Amino acid sequence: MAEWKRKHLLGLEELSREEIEFILDNTSSFKEVLTREVKKVPTLRGKTVVNLFYEPSTRTRVSFEVAAKRLSADVINIAAETSSVRKGETLFDTGRNIEALKADIIVVRHSASGAAAMLSHHVNISVVNAGDGWHEHPTQALLDIFTLKEKFGRIEGLEVSIVGDIAHSRVARSNIWGLSKLGAKVTVCAPKLLIPPEIEQMGVSSITDNIDVALVNADAVNVLRMQFERDEANMFPEQLEYFKKFGITQERLEKAKKKIVIMHPGPINRGIEISSEVADGTQSVILDQVTNGIAVRMAVLFLVAQGAKRKK
Amino acid sequence: MKLLIKNGQVVDPANNLNAVLDILVQDGKIVKVGKNLKNNVDSTIDATDKIVMPGIVDMHVHLREPGREDKETVASGTNAALKGGITSVLAMPNTHPAIDNKDSIQLLNNIIKKTSHTNVFVCGAITKERKGRELSDITLLKQEGALAISDDGNSVDNAQLFLEALKIAKKENILVICHCEDVSLSAKGVVNLGITSTRMGLRGISRESEYTRVARDIELAERTNTQIHIAHVSCRESVEIIASAKKRGIKVTCETAPHYFTLSEEAIWGYDANLKINPPLRGKDDAEVIKQGLKSDVIDVIASDHAPHTENEKDIEFDRAEFGAIGLETELAVCVTELIHKGVLDWPGLVQKLCLNPSKILRINKGALGEGCDADITIVSPNQEWLVERNIFVSKSKNSMFLGKTLKGIVDYTILKDKVAYQKTPERKNSNEVSCKSRVGKAC
Repeated sequence: MAEWKRKHLLGLEELSREEIEFILDNTSSFKEVLTREVKKVPTLRGKTVVNLFYEPSTRTRVSFEVAAKRLSADVINIAAETSSVRKGETLFDTGRNIEALKADIIVVRHSASGAAAMLSHHVNISVVNAGDGWHEHPTQALLDIFTLKEKFGRIEGLEVSIVGDIAHSRVARSNIWGLSKLGAKVTVCAPKLLIPPEIEQMGVSSITDNIDVALVNADAVNVLRMQFERDEANMFPEQLEYFKKFGITQERLEKAKKKIVIMHPGPINRGIEISSEVADGTQSVILDQVTNGIAVRMAVLFLVAQGAKRKK
Repeated sequence: MKLLIKNGQVVDPANNLNAVLDILVQDGKIVKVGKNLKNNVDSTIDATDKIVMPGIVDMHVHLREPGREDKETVASGTNAALKGGITSVLAMPNTHPAIDNKDSIQLLNNIIKKTSHTNVFVCGAITKERKGRELSDITLLKQEGALAISDDGNSVDNAQLFLEALKIAKKENILVICHCEDVSLSAKGVVNLGITSTRMGLRGISRESEYTRVARDIELAERTNTQIHIAHVSCRESVEIIASAKKRGIKVTCETAPHYFTLSEEAIWGYDANLKINPPLRGKDDAEVIKQGLKSDVIDVIASDHAPHTENEKDIEFDRAEFGAIGLETELAVCVTELIHKGVLDWPGLVQKLCLNPSKILRINKGALGEGCDADITIVSPNQEWLVERNIFVSKSKNSMFLGKTLKGIVDYTILKDKVAYQKTPERKNSNEVSCKSRVGKAC
């Protein structure tokens, strides 16, 4: 692929394999910047990135903030609790106001699925989806995939299991799109009530509610955070029962491949979806994911800025 | 006042007519249908190459008045109807206040008398405030002219209460229109349950939520031997259940809406909230089954389920947007495009679904062009294409599912009694704009 044409990054569903690979290639270049003595490049100097977060998030927001600063952009953080959102201003009005303030990129996190896509129809500046409802979290999946590629040198042919609340997970959905486009074999593993219907049509190769089945051939396992506090429909099992049936423990990993890679998008619930031993163990790449998140987001901010320039 | 409509293809299945004929109208009635009619008339319409059909009877329309005049009024909604070739509508009772007692139905009847541009018939609510807790005074609603009762938008969840309503409806000889949805199976859903809810990360509305309620309502109707009509059928199983009920001789009829056989769930994947409706768009298979159901006459009626909403209620996060889409002005054209031009129905077949069958179900003397009938007539250019754009809508709301689509078939004239109530403005260069020219008073 010669050049990047997209002005927004809304999800991995809409990206081609070539586009995803292009982002990953760019990520490698930006990761190198992070190893330098002076960890900053002038790529986005004079540009303004606004983090518009309607849901509490530390990890993703800070990661975007660091990424934008490494690119020399100015960064403004807007959290829903402190803005005019509480006065009833709509998402789209807020977006138009941010545009009128001459910002260049809006990074948006919102509890409504489709919010980023819909916002992109209402503003002329770039929109980067930092998580919309249960729909997509593209930069998280990109950093997961980048981390896997670092470990294995390839994605094609890898067997990746995603374990946890698939039904309500934007991380799962973006990973399914991205991994399957790149030729990985994706297994989803969850209690039956937490597997959404017809998910195989998204490119999932197998579905199981047996964690041992999900682990036996896996090259990597992506462990999702169980958000028990959000279980409005009482679909979740008890926490301890969940750990018994689905928790990733050293004992379970004995039966898995020796070089299995353990990922988690954070924040971790120790002793609920993963044991401390595994989270802190040699197979865990959880902290590599955090570092790679910065590089991926630098690449994404850079590329959408390029795409916006081309659109003009 | 005498009006002669010449040389049109007259489609009138009630009288088994489908031929090039003239129609003579006098004093609000059709006085003669025949070849080469000559008469001293006040005006003549040349309908060469056009379809001349009975005015459409749309038995599922939300006019929003009283209470939500920002979305639509009886005046604006019936003007939109005229533009769509519709001369009679059944107004749904989910207004504010709901049409559930003497005051509210008299209020609505008064508004209709003063402001409507078409025939407007009233559907009363089955339960007070459509809350499903206590029955409305159905006898009184009937006395005040309601042709049917429905809690449309809601189903009557309480089966015992619904059974009581059916018994009273039977006694009062009033039609019961069923919105079939078991909310315990569609809880908070916004799109079809399945790949669409999964892909979009939204809560799903299951097919079971619709068809299990269709089955319940039919069983209770059978038990009480009451005539019921199932509104907005959207999925395969509902069609199958209704088909088998009809075979058993149960008094059930049903309708679908143009979007259910034209669009399918993939259309929503871009989060266009104008496509957020209830019941939701289902799969391609379902759209095909609906078409077959129309063909085989399991589905009796096509009705618009015209559901106007303001921009502020639609152009927001998908989850929060209101359910529903407008349909009066596109209904006929979507049917012509999707059913006539694709060979699913012929013109007499379509006229049955749009005009004759709803008239029979509502027991009104409409939907036919026989001598002595009310002169409600729609004249259509069946092959003319037009682009659906925001600015062409007469309706107060613009939430159409067909924006940006090119449709075939446009209404040239809508005649109500003996007056041209709507006439398409002559085409101007580079403009698809049509507007409502003249207005007439009420009828019937």
